Amino acid sequence: MDFTTIVFYLFAAITLGSGAVVVFSRNIVHSAFSLLFAFFGVAGLYVLLLADFLAVTQLLIYVGGILVLLIFGVMLTSSVIDVQIKTGTVQVLPALFIVGALAAALLTVFWSTEWKVLPDPPAVDTTAPQIGELLLTTYLLPFEIASVILLVALVGAAMIARREKQA
Amino acid sequence: MLESYIPIFMMLGAAALFGLVMVKLNEWLGPRRPSAEKLSTYESGMEPVRTARERFSIKFYMVAVLFIIFDIEVVFLYPWAVAFNELGMMGFVTMFVFILILLVGYFYVWRKGALEWD
Repeated sequence: MDFTTIVFYLFAAITLGSGAVVVFSRNIVHSAFSLLFAFFGVAGLYVLLLADFLAVTQLLIYVGGILVLLIFGVMLTSSVIDVQIKTGTVQVLPALFIVGALAAALLTVFWSTEWKVLPDPPAVDTTAPQIGELLLTTYLLPFEIASVILLVALVGAAMIARREKQA
Repeated sequence: MLESYIPIFMMLGAAALFGLVMVKLNEWLGPRRPSAEKLSTYESGMEPVRTARERFSIKFYMVAVLFIIFDIEVVFLYPWAVAFNELGMMGFVTMFVFILILLVGYFYVWRKGALEWD
């Protein structure tokens, strides 16, 4: 095993291990915090895939933003510490159906993808300029739609704040 | 490729080690003479009045939502800025539209008073 392989398994172990804690922990605060390490592990995997910009974005937005939002959401719920989260089995049949469909879709993608192995890691400095060029030419429409979605989120956030003021 | 990330790993390792060593050094070297008064929770000399683990205001959530939205905007700005010379005028106009749409939301939030802390 070379160095890259060891690093890959390290990040994969971090991701899967903390993902398991997220799912199985009975303390919602522990779940939220171990999600931090899961996101971090995924960022590491992005680095190994030569997607440096994606890795930085993962850290900036998921670890820096969405996780903070999630922890705030946990803190906003009443009696955080005493609450017992049900990790028992409810709604087994619909869950089995959905998980089965998702697994089938993921496996189809996994098997139909042609996994090209690079002989040597290519000498790519950074992916940011290519992403910028594609984003503003080929993928212009999704890019502009993203701004509209962000606008909707802003308006929604303002609505929450206004409701607070009336109460 | 991976070699360029070695400084980051060193930084992470040094930070983790520093934090651990400082806490453990304090534990090993410091004298321990606890009393009820010393072990009580304190914050800036104030008497604790009630539990810290309670619900807090939705205003914090608002700040977090606004932060994420403009965080995402900034992330989009970076690859655009790096490829600015190749994109030319067209890239400038499209990014202008992108920012304009978000600016509408910004002024909406501002006028709704969501940026005020009261």
